[in-house]
Amino acid sequence: MNESIHMHRAEKLWLRFGFLMLAIFLATITTASIIDGISPPSRVQTIDPTKVAQTPPFDHPGVRKISPGHYEVYYVAQIFSFNPQSISIPVGSHVTFYITSSDVEHGFYIPATGVNTMVTPGWVSSVSHTFTKTGKFLIVCHEYCGAGHQFMAGSIEVQ
Amino acid sequence: MLSTQSPLRNAENRLILWHIYTATGALALGALFGLLQGFSRANFLVMPSWFDYYRMLTAHGVLMALVFTTFFITGLCTFAVYRQIERSERSLTLAWVSYATMLVGTAMAAITILSGNASVLYTFYAPLKASPWFYFGATLLVLGTWGVAADIFANVIWWKKRNPDTLIPLSAFMAATTFLMWIIATLGVVAEMALLIPWSLGWTPGIDVELTRMLFWYFGHPLVYFWIMGAYLIWYTVIPTTFGGRVFSDALTRLSFLILLLLSTPVGIHHQFMDPGISSQWKWLHTMLTYGVVIPSFMTAFAIFASFELAARRAGVRGFWATIRFLPWGNPVFTSAALAMLLFIPGGFGGIVNSSYAMDALVHNTMWVVGHFHITVGGPVALTFIGAAYGLVPVLTGRKLFAPKVALAQAWLWFVGMTIMSLSMHWAGLLGAPRRTSDVTYMGASGAQTWHGEMLGTALGGTILFISIALFVYVAVGTLIWNKPESAPSDFAFAPLEPEALPTPAVFDRLPRWGAVAILLAVLAYAGPLQEQLSQHHYLAPGMRTW
Ligand code: HEM
Ligand SMILES: [Cu+2]
Ligand SMILES: [Cu+2]
Repeated sequence: MNESIHMHRAEKLWLRFGFLMLAIFLATITTASIIDGISPPSRVQTIDPTKVAQTPPFDHPGVRKISPGHYEVYYVAQIFSFNPQSISIPVGSHVTFYITSSDVEHGFYIPATGVNTMVTPGWVSSVSHTFTKTGKFLIVCHEYCGAGHQFMAGSIEVQ
Repeated sequence: MLSTQSPLRNAENRLILWHIYTATGALALGALFGLLQGFSRANFLVMPSWFDYYRMLTAHGVLMALVFTTFFITGLCTFAVYRQIERSERSLTLAWVSYATMLVGTAMAAITILSGNASVLYTFYAPLKASPWFYFGATLLVLGTWGVAADIFANVIWWKKRNPDTLIPLSAFMAATTFLMWIIATLGVVAEMALLIPWSLGWTPGIDVELTRMLFWYFGHPLVYFWIMGAYLIWYTVIPTTFGGRVFSDALTRLSFLILLLLSTPVGIHHQFMDPGISSQWKWLHTMLTYGVVIPSFMTAFAIFASFELAARRAGVRGFWATIRFLPWGNPVFTSAALAMLLFIPGGFGGIVNSSYAMDALVHNTMWVVGHFHITVGGPVALTFIGAAYGLVPVLTGRKLFAPKVALAQAWLWFVGMTIMSLSMHWAGLLGAPRRTSDVTYMGASGAQTWHGEMLGTALGGTILFISIALFVYVAVGTLIWNKPESAPSDFAFAPLEPEALPTPAVFDRLPRWGAVAILLAVLAYAGPLQEQLSQHHYLAPGMRTW
């Protein structure tokens, strides 16, 4: 009898806990959908995927120096390569990548870093990174894009 | 109570057996492809051009994630409802038509994939454009499950009309909640198909890629909960029968299913953390709600362990290790589920990593993610279903399980193989190995060399898993071929309730109301991101076949 009372209490506790958490989640979703919360940068910009080659700045993909130590790089992802294929930047640079696709879904990923984004036709993706080490970095397309997907890679030389 | 020999009972059993054996077939074929994928990534072999890697990977993903799991769950939930809602007359027409629809759809999609006309992987992200037959087939598979859902609801409503003041029997309630969730979730993928089909037929010039991605993941996450709810149904109400245990708490069990129902759809954007076109507040909102799954998981872990402990105490056994020893480790039904539960623990931790925005940037679309879903769906869910099949097939056929020792070995091999394969995949992912790639050497690029050792681990684990599946097929088919029906087939009863448990609030049983709340939540969670997308200037992508 003692034991079953003990289990009763545990059961009650768990039920209360379940309800409480449910209430918290419902409150979260309701408030968040009414008022817009905090909003760190997340790119919402469209582009015509059939006219990427004519649309600035993607008509001239490549590296732009913004100020000392600050760079922007514009990439076009297309089956099965990145344009530009390889770039080089000085060590310590803060780089913002802008990438779009002129055909299907691709990925843009520098292994073992936080540079990781989907590249969706119709949209411009953006991700930033500070390169603190010299060396050659591999860029891989990490979303399946077709028969040659395993060859779709680029490189960054950090000097 | 129906006699175990009644013609209706026999007819019901046949229907459920078809579901279970169809699932088994998908699992076996999928495992062969999985093995070849592991070998291909480890550079043991290169797939020939007439059966290339991506066609095979599409088949593996579709067979495992969509066909095996779905057929097993439709069979399991139909079983739960038919056994708990006894009727002297029941039409099986709708159930058979639904099964046939699922099967025809599966065959259509499978043939299209295997012939190389739909190498779009199981996520079929536009604007990769498959043959229309692929989309037709997948749609039929889903519509067939709607038929199964209708059959389940019709039986539950029939019962509720006659027993307005009694709770729906627990396993039938779980089945109905699972399919209520499934209907709400699959609305997303059916809407996506409504865009993809005319486009693949050439009737519309282009496709809104980000919109189809959002619709896919509106469905894709609840798909995961569909698997979990199927596994939980077994853990809560079937596994205790293997050691004379009981369901610890009816109320807690129902509450955990209701939470899964409510939190299944408003979380899909956590699969799109790295997508452009969705601003971060929506990503944040869906992250918060994703963590909600921790609650039913902890509730389940607690309830399952309580059912172990209470059964042990009734048998005079006390203490943690004594309780563990008390459990029926010689029974493959129990052992499969118990090992599945163990695998679920690291699986849950991995999930917490994935759903945090910053961590996901390190692992998104790497082998880490593949490791994660093999140690969640591939490990626990699949092993639970395999174990349940060991329990159900004898009940449904009246035959003894063939080679139970082999079945036991199979479960352990699955546990070992999955641990090795999944750990290797997680590790490779941390080192940066991308997923969905036939060859990860990148022509000798320096960063890529570090991945090779882990790829060997994947191939080794995959080999053990393949042997394990071969043993499962041996037992499942052997039971049908070599074991004759016994004169008195055993009946089956789901685990009884713990008599001392607290009464269940009647409101838990009002499924239509909970369904309405779930729909409301889905609308709240998606209205913002959808509005944000649709308000942009829209460009359509023409689509192409790049394989
Ligand atoms: C014999 C056992 C298995 C082996 C050897 C195996 C192996 C693999 C490998 C190596 C991959 C990664 C391929 C890549 O990303 O390039 C993969 C992907 C996958 N596996 Fe398995 N697997 C097995 C069982 C399962 C099971 C039981 C399930 C689920 C029920 C499953 C579901 C999946 C899914 C959904 C994918 C992702 C497909 C995609 O990315 O499109 N696998 N599997
Ligand atoms: Cu690619
Ligand atoms: Cu998810």
